[in-house]
Amino acid sequence: MYRYDSYDQSIVDARVDEFRDQVQRRLTGALTEDQFKPLRLMNGLYLQLHAYMLRVAIPYGTLSGKQMRKLGEIAAKYDKGYGHFTTRQNLQYNWIKLADAPDILAELATVEMHAIQTSGNCIRNISSDQYAGVSADEVADPRPWAELLRQWSSFHPEFTYLPRKFKIAVIASDDDRAAMRLHDIGLKLVSKDGVIGAEVYAGGGMGRTPMVAPQIRDFVAEEEIISYLEACLRVYNRYGRRDNKYKARIKILVHEIGVEEYKRQVEEEFAHMKQLGLNPPVEELARIRAFFANPAYETGLNEAIDRADPAFALWVDRQVAPHKQPGYAIVNISLKPLTGIPGDASAEQIELAASLAEQYSLDELRVTHAQNLVLPHVKKADLYAIWQQLEEVGLAEANLDLITDIIACPGLDYCALANARSIPLAQKIAQRFAAAERQAELGELKLKISGCINACGHHHAGHIGILGVDRKGVENFQLSLGGSGAEDTSLGQITGPGFSEDGVVDAIEKVTDLYLAQRESGERFLDTYRRLGMKPFKEAIYG
Amino acid sequence: MKILTGNDLVSGDVIWWAGDGWSRQVGDSADVGDKGDDLARAEEAALRVVGAYVIDATVTDEGVRPAHIKDRIRALGPTVRPDLNLKPNDADAGNWVI
Repeated sequence: MYRYDSYDQSIVDARVDEFRDQVQRRLTGALTEDQFKPLRLMNGLYLQLHAYMLRVAIPYGTLSGKQMRKLGEIAAKYDKGYGHFTTRQNLQYNWIKLADAPDILAELATVEMHAIQTSGNCIRNISSDQYAGVSADEVADPRPWAELLRQWSSFHPEFTYLPRKFKIAVIASDDDRAAMRLHDIGLKLVSKDGVIGAEVYAGGGMGRTPMVAPQIRDFVAEEEIISYLEACLRVYNRYGRRDNKYKARIKILVHEIGVEEYKRQVEEEFAHMKQLGLNPPVEELARIRAFFANPAYETGLNEAIDRADPAFALWVDRQVAPHKQPGYAIVNISLKPLTGIPGDASAEQIELAASLAEQYSLDELRVTHAQNLVLPHVKKADLYAIWQQLEEVGLAEANLDLITDIIACPGLDYCALANARSIPLAQKIAQRFAAAERQAELGELKLKISGCINACGHHHAGHIGILGVDRKGVENFQLSLGGSGAEDTSLGQITGPGFSEDGVVDAIEKVTDLYLAQRESGERFLDTYRRLGMKPFKEAIYG
Repeated sequence: MKILTGNDLVSGDVIWWAGDGWSRQVGDSADVGDKGDDLARAEEAALRVVGAYVIDATVTDEGVRPAHIKDRIRALGPTVRPDLNLKPNDADAGNWVI
């Protein structure tokens, strides 16, 4: 894992001191709310429905046990005993007191964490593949590039006031586990003639105008990735619309001027950038890469897993993924208990995850964009002990990528922007499809719920997506089918008129019943939908 | 009726104007008539509230009820965490929101 150098630590510490002073000035009235709001947002502090909300950055979703433990301690000490893992691999606290915020940031800084650039019109947390560095199919570990991008984008003076927020994802596998093409910029590391570089995608995103990012470059050499992105951002910063926040994302610019014209301008800027010699020193990438070298894996480990306990065997089949190192496995920890809240974890659960990482996963954890956790380096011989401990705190649900592994935004229960509640609906769906046999029969089915058009719950990318809307003061839910955030990225299509909360659960049951009746061998729900099209599903729902 | 709500500047708690100060209970809300905007400005300037705004509400048998579901959830707390809302011992409290 990357460790701060003295420069990293000093800028984070300085930001804590600066924010402490700003909060003090707000509390004494020296700053009005209009003056203070942009300052608090730069430090991830929102004013939400019930209280202040603090969003903590988890760079590319990677955490040490010590960092995770600190997140749990903060939840217990300053919040109401829990935190919420988000679809951008961050963590949000829902009940923060303004006067406590500087102390929280100071505590985060002691474990090399912060909340900088988790809000505002700047480059946000760089997201990545939760299996980075441990998946057998990647061309390289994407995290060194993600870290390089983090350093490049942190306090970048030219990109602190972009037309709108800017999200970047980096992957290095053909399997896209990070919804890469639904980001403002997506990078996919590839190998060309033995040289590492990146395919670049620009202009993707969800929100009110969802778009799948088109490819704008099939290869940028690794040493030029930063310069190329600088060119991408410069063109966006120059021409992105600042007159209308709903048209200010890069996807609108790329759409309005066309992909070819955007590419042409980026190439022109890139040619200019090359003359400036702004590529980061190769030594710096090498320095960063050294932090992500393979940990000290043991060799000669036993591959066998004792599957005598059927509940454990079910969990292994669902939650454990292959690791590149013999004798090891990747453990997915579900944060989707059937009666729980998607993405929420109590301080005790966070503490346990930290302990498990330290004891069994070479001191490392990952957060996924699907609001789950990952222990990336687990010896197969330790799986049973881990499962037993997860069982004790309610984290042993075996539902990865099944219909109850629901992505849901906080919705109207917490969010000031929301129009409808996402969480109670997620719970109703989970209850309806709770039977393990039924979930297994349905197979991979990614269901995603957003409480408003901003699409934090990624509903556009759901095999089944749900959007909550406000219809004359009453919650109403639009259903969409056929989205995907994976390597076969696609946007869901709305089925038709919306539903009440109970009505949309019934509609989902009709849709899944049709799938089971019509599927061909080996087809996932998404495959059957793509083969049959919307019509039969619509008929099943609306008659 | 018109009532005034916002968040306590320091704690962030949801608060309601009760006529002579702020309350955590929506039921204490006073009708601010057409004085809400002036009150909001004065109270914000006095550092007692942030993000204050006027909403419509009605008086029912159960007390003051904000017109919009968003404000009813603000008044009660998250419906999915009854242990954290303002009526943790009332299993049916969430129904008031809907």
